[in-house]
Amino acid sequence: MSIWEYANPARFMRFSRTVLPWVSAAAALLILVGLIWGFFFTPDDFRQGSTVKIIYLHVPSATMAINIWVMMLVTSMIWVVRRHHVSVLAAKAAAPIGATMTLIALATGAIWGQPMWGTYWEWDPRLTAFLILFLFYLGYMALWAAIEDPDVAADLTSILCLVGSVFAVISRYAINFWNQGLHQGASLSLDQEENVSDVFWQPLVLSLVGFGFLFLTLVLLRTRTEIRARRLAALKQRERVS
Amino acid sequence: MWALLIRDLTLAVRAGGGFGLSLAFFLIVVVLVPFGVGPQSDVLARIAPGILWVGALLACLLSLDRVFHLDFEDGSLDLLATSPLPLEGVVVIKALAHWLTTGLPLALIAPALAVLLNLPGPGYLWLFVSLALGTPALSMIGAFGAGLTVGLKRGGLLLSLLVLPLYVPTLIFGAEIVRRAVDAQAIGTPLAMLAGLTLAAWACLPFATAAAIRINLR
Amino acid sequence: MPDLGKYAVEVLSAYAVSLSLLALLIGTTLHRSRSVRRALKQVEARRDDQKPAADKATKDA
Repeated sequence: MSIWEYANPARFMRFSRTVLPWVSAAAALLILVGLIWGFFFTPDDFRQGSTVKIIYLHVPSATMAINIWVMMLVTSMIWVVRRHHVSVLAAKAAAPIGATMTLIALATGAIWGQPMWGTYWEWDPRLTAFLILFLFYLGYMALWAAIEDPDVAADLTSILCLVGSVFAVISRYAINFWNQGLHQGASLSLDQEENVSDVFWQPLVLSLVGFGFLFLTLVLLRTRTEIRARRLAALKQRERVS
Repeated sequence: MWALLIRDLTLAVRAGGGFGLSLAFFLIVVVLVPFGVGPQSDVLARIAPGILWVGALLACLLSLDRVFHLDFEDGSLDLLATSPLPLEGVVVIKALAHWLTTGLPLALIAPALAVLLNLPGPGYLWLFVSLALGTPALSMIGAFGAGLTVGLKRGGLLLSLLVLPLYVPTLIFGAEIVRRAVDAQAIGTPLAMLAGLTLAAWACLPFATAAAIRINLR
Repeated sequence: MPDLGKYAVEVLSAYAVSLSLLALLIGTTLHRSRSVRRALKQVEARRDDQKPAADKATKDA
């Protein structure tokens, strides 16, 4: 079994149909258990009070936001190198999910920041980098939406994804440089290793894995939709021609 | 290559090429800012580096669609693509022409406009240097965006959405140079980073741009 | 309901915003999936009605 077999859309459809119920059930179960456990059965942090509960949404969505971009980069490159149609459709399907995850991470971060840092928005390097990432997602989706020919769109968005990834990494370090240059010692760090103890760790892992499965569910579903949409467009075109 | 550069430059300078437009736009942005933030000269002096850099960046952005779009519409881009000159070379020439007609004039008039914003003394030289060093990167990155959107009918707005996030690092380092020069801090690091960014953009992006144009011409 | 202390508004609004964003994402995904599937079925049915003989040949091929 290799990914090349699923370059055949029919085979991908068959595979995803059998897998989808399991993946979606796992996603629902893990997220429910993780969030309920986190929300109802964990103690408050002695410094952050009950706002620590936001971590069960914030950290998984932020993790997914970055990983989804990496996934899009990999699948786009698979398309560029080997013309794997399902792969590039998966990248297209993943982009809105990634944008939503980025938005969730930003929103929960801002809401958490208000009582903790005294401000909704701080031009902290990490926050800024996420905002830029969100803009990249928007650009990527806009380019997909603007081009009619599916193969041209796939090629151009793949190039954009590659160049965008390089610039995203450069931006990340440039932003680090910029903020430290502006005002010394931004005292606000989101370092998880420091302040997460075991009590918070277990539901966090559950919800993290749950978000991973949720992404898998959605990306499979959306890729199926994209394949159907492309078949639909092809059939309609044939009708018009005949 | 030389002929192509001359041709692009003449087209840009002649009427309808929009040569003066980006400069005028830059002027207007700089004039509008004091109306927005108030006339206190100390406030203006503090935000001057950022305003000048953002203004130059937007003026640069505004003129991007003429890099490839006109040639694409009248078909000369197809001719260029089939000419013995490699498409990567065409891209480099086009970006160079864009820089010579947009980036360099912007860098030249920026110190004059900085007077309007009360930029402190040591900033002028480094404002010019940072713009002269950074605008080539803006032109090349913009040419990449223009290459991506060349086949689209309403590419202008999309072009901005694609290109502006890519401008972030250049803007950060460029404005940082001026800010540090004003504060009499060491400017070696951002200067080196900006130069590196420009060189890397000119070394790598022509290939990506040429690939995008080939796809669009397919 | 656990005692959220003085940060109840923040915690609850964070959960509300995130869950509604997720619901929106899932909703649009399902909606589009359904509408595309329906449209595809329609077109395929129309195609099968119109020229069953010719279509059968292409299907076999």
